[in-house]
Amino acid sequence: MCLIGQYKFPGEVIRINKDRTTLTRNVTVEVFEDTSGLVLGDEARCLNYPLSMELGPGLLGQIVDGIQRPLSKYFEQAGGFIKRGLNFSALDRTLKWKFRPLLQDNDNVTGGDIIGEVPETSSIVHKIMVPPNIKGTIKEIADGGLFTIEDVVCTIIDDKKTAHPINLYQRWPITIPRPCKKRLLPVIPLISGVRIIDCLFPVTKGGCATIPGGFGTGKTVMQQQFAKFCDANIIIYIGCGERGNELADVLEQFPRLVDPNGKPLMDRTVLIGNTSNMPVSAREASIFSGITMAEYYRDQGYHVALMADSTSRWAEALREISGRLEELPAEGGYPAYLGRKLASFYERGGYVEICGSTRRTSSISIIGAVSPPGGDFSDPVVQATKRFIKTFWALDPKLAYSRQYPAINWIDSYSLYIDEVKGWWNDNIDDEWGNFHSEMMKILHEDYEMQDLVKLIGADALPLQKQLTIFTADLIKKSFLVQNAYDDIDQYCSAQKQAKMLRMFVSYYNAAATLLEHGAALFKLQEMKTVTQMARARKEIKNSELEKIDEIVEEMKKEFDAIRKELA
Amino acid sequence: MALVSQAIRKIEGPLIFLDTIPKVKYNEIVRVQKPNGDLVLGRCVLVSDTGVVVEVFGGTDGLDVDNTAVKFTGDVFRIPVSEDMINRIFNGMGEPNDGGPDIIPEIWLDINGEPINPFAREYPRDLIETGLSSIDTLTSLVCGQKLPIFSGQGLPHDELAARIITHAMIFNKENTEQFLIVFAGIGIKNDTAIYFKSTFGRTKAKTVMFNNLASDPTIERLLTPRIALTAAEYFAFTKGYQVLVILTDITNYCEALREISASKDEIPSRKGYPGYMYSDLASIYERAGRIKGNKGSITQLPILTMPNDDINNPVPDLTGYITEGQIVLSRALFGKGISPPMDILSSLSRIMKDAIVGKTREDHADVMNQIYASYTKALDIRALQSIVGEEGLSPLDKKYLAYANDFEMQFLKQSTDTRRTFNESLDIAWKVLSNLPKSELIRIKSSLVEKYYKI
Repeated sequence: MCLIGQYKFPGEVIRINKDRTTLTRNVTVEVFEDTSGLVLGDEARCLNYPLSMELGPGLLGQIVDGIQRPLSKYFEQAGGFIKRGLNFSALDRTLKWKFRPLLQDNDNVTGGDIIGEVPETSSIVHKIMVPPNIKGTIKEIADGGLFTIEDVVCTIIDDKKTAHPINLYQRWPITIPRPCKKRLLPVIPLISGVRIIDCLFPVTKGGCATIPGGFGTGKTVMQQQFAKFCDANIIIYIGCGERGNELADVLEQFPRLVDPNGKPLMDRTVLIGNTSNMPVSAREASIFSGITMAEYYRDQGYHVALMADSTSRWAEALREISGRLEELPAEGGYPAYLGRKLASFYERGGYVEICGSTRRTSSISIIGAVSPPGGDFSDPVVQATKRFIKTFWALDPKLAYSRQYPAINWIDSYSLYIDEVKGWWNDNIDDEWGNFHSEMMKILHEDYEMQDLVKLIGADALPLQKQLTIFTADLIKKSFLVQNAYDDIDQYCSAQKQAKMLRMFVSYYNAAATLLEHGAALFKLQEMKTVTQMARARKEIKNSELEKIDEIVEEMKKEFDAIRKELA
Repeated sequence: MALVSQAIRKIEGPLIFLDTIPKVKYNEIVRVQKPNGDLVLGRCVLVSDTGVVVEVFGGTDGLDVDNTAVKFTGDVFRIPVSEDMINRIFNGMGEPNDGGPDIIPEIWLDINGEPINPFAREYPRDLIETGLSSIDTLTSLVCGQKLPIFSGQGLPHDELAARIITHAMIFNKENTEQFLIVFAGIGIKNDTAIYFKSTFGRTKAKTVMFNNLASDPTIERLLTPRIALTAAEYFAFTKGYQVLVILTDITNYCEALREISASKDEIPSRKGYPGYMYSDLASIYERAGRIKGNKGSITQLPILTMPNDDINNPVPDLTGYITEGQIVLSRALFGKGISPPMDILSSLSRIMKDAIVGKTREDHADVMNQIYASYTKALDIRALQSIVGEEGLSPLDKKYLAYANDFEMQFLKQSTDTRRTFNESLDIAWKVLSNLPKSELIRIKSSLVEKYYKI
């Protein structure tokens, strides 16, 4: 890091050249501000540490820019616009936190061990940890009380007899991953409350997913949906090169909304906001800043979900800087190291055993939005991202145009976590979930294969069984896959409700198909009263009134029985 | 302020290359004196220990290497603003060209502005009633939003903008005094400029007009939108106006950007446009919005013509990623005589969802969703009809066709002088939706269907 010019604009050294003959060094500095007004001969002062995050209590509920400058402080000091040359420390130095020690003098500790805790917000207790690279014995630990983040609360003596003072915060360089003990296979789904995601294309705690889509297909709404309802403990939301009004929306909504545990959403959220009109270089840093914070909370034992909206804007920042450095461009003008950079981001997610003396596990799930030009998935960023993720939610403009939201295309999307999460669903929610999942996918795929034919000859010319498949697929699309993010009841669908609805639709299809084989009239099966009830279930049955779905299923059985009797 | 002569090494396109000069600031404004005594403005775009590059607004015609003087002002580009600007007409550089006196400045403002702090933004919620059914019902315009019109050559985007200028009102607000329209013509034809001037004569709203004409130097096109927005920011955030900014045509702006970029030997990205075009456009569009504790707002209505009607061209594509929705015009509808020819399926307003709740009628959101869903289905049936013929369709399919026709002819089509309120538009929507049986209206809550369905 260094400070440039009379206003001390922060910058980072990104290239060093040493001249063989004169032994002088030329450095290239990327400045995190607009550089208008800089003069040849201006001073550049090196700070001798890399670009780092301050990690400690006070992070949650904050909104910071790409290099962790608190935007609320700017508002207090400079009003509505971001003035250049104002620098604030990331964490408040004056605030006092209530520290409670959990260890005693002379305890042996190793990196990652929790020495005490601080209640940070209503929902999160902040764990004060031994920094990863320190091992030794506690010489002295403070009694409980109020401390600022710079106060020393503990001193550790290592085996070389060096004393390490520990205060309430740590610094960590953003480009270096924080260590963990062991990587584990992710097996628990991250429940989002969105049916098409949880039931058809799930992502796990510790998994990586991407949402590519052109503009207007609903990437941001999906990201916000995750931030609001997913069952992670901590949310890191990175608004990277996106719209200012969208961040304003998040900032206005989150303090009012509550998470599935009834606590204010903002209390578990860190927002990183580097909108499209803020400096490009800070945009490039923002996703690494975010993942560093995510790792810090992961090390405390929390499940973290990180949303990056959008990684295309980040890649464009990379391209812009690379262009200015006159590097040779690869595909689409992006630098040749795009894939490596993306990997160094996505690979920091995962389900892990964290550092420390006891065995504890936690995870970081990453959900990255990609905005390919023209919605074309052959874009280099989409293709490079696909190599590092296992769940792919392809957004389809055709679905979006007909307001079939979430506009996830059920044919092009995939999830490679199905086998991993099947066990969890079967054990915890519905023991036949795995079968129902496969059957629903089968109905949708059969329907897709027949669509071309339907366009040519019309649905009425097909065999009856095929017509039933098309009818059911249509019902599933309009009443199960569709979900209204702005409807009070529909916006969040609990795992239990999802499983019951999945079972309801698939059993309707199976029973109807059997009756059809025995000669029942198709129109009778289509015009059953319960079909309308099924269609309205998503909007009219609350998560707390699931018995109503059972009632529909009972009713449906009676209707089927009546049709069967007529046949006999 | 340093005066330099005899330092010019090379002149190329809009750029002049000078020897290195001490204490020159990056981005500062430069005055260039031509050999014949004329003064033109320029901006310092590169400072290095081997030389300085200046970009000259107004072109480098008539400059020479020996007899041209360059004066460094030490400041960035600023324009004078004051409330006297209302109902005046300026050129693309912000100088009055309506024959009236110069503006007595209240303050000089940097035309690049400063980014609005996202933390300070107030989420836009107040609606603008444009009087057009298609926009009001399906893609409502909100104060503080940026909603572009994606058009093509030969489509009536100017007419649409003119209708919005004449009919737009802040919805449900008594005080319309503080409504101001700022118009920025970027590389527009003389005819277009005259057309808008006459439109302003007809509207009750206050106006400020900036015109960069097609015959003006290209490089000035990069300044015109920034100058217009600087004036808009002054009116909105210092004087508390609700400002509607119309920028036309963004495609000309992007072509100017490409031309300048090419002359600077920059590495081109898609279709020759520079790689930083997204950030550059964002620095214009993101100047729309509202600020906490300030009653003013800036709403942007940029107009762009899609080259060859291609929505994937970088200009509409990057714009769509920054703005909060888009209004797309359709050549097919225009051909059928439907005006305004809004292609509803690809049009969208992202922030209407919160703005309409509790403000317009209770059925607005559901009706909107239903119109979209049914219209998509109707278009599929229309495509099927062209293969199997009318006889091959089921009775329900025929109802859908009737719905689509009524929708286009009664709802979308609106004559130039009619202004419809939100409720009038919704009533027409119910009239056309009632072509369909109740059981098909599954996007609408059953209670609302009972209340508004017309038999």
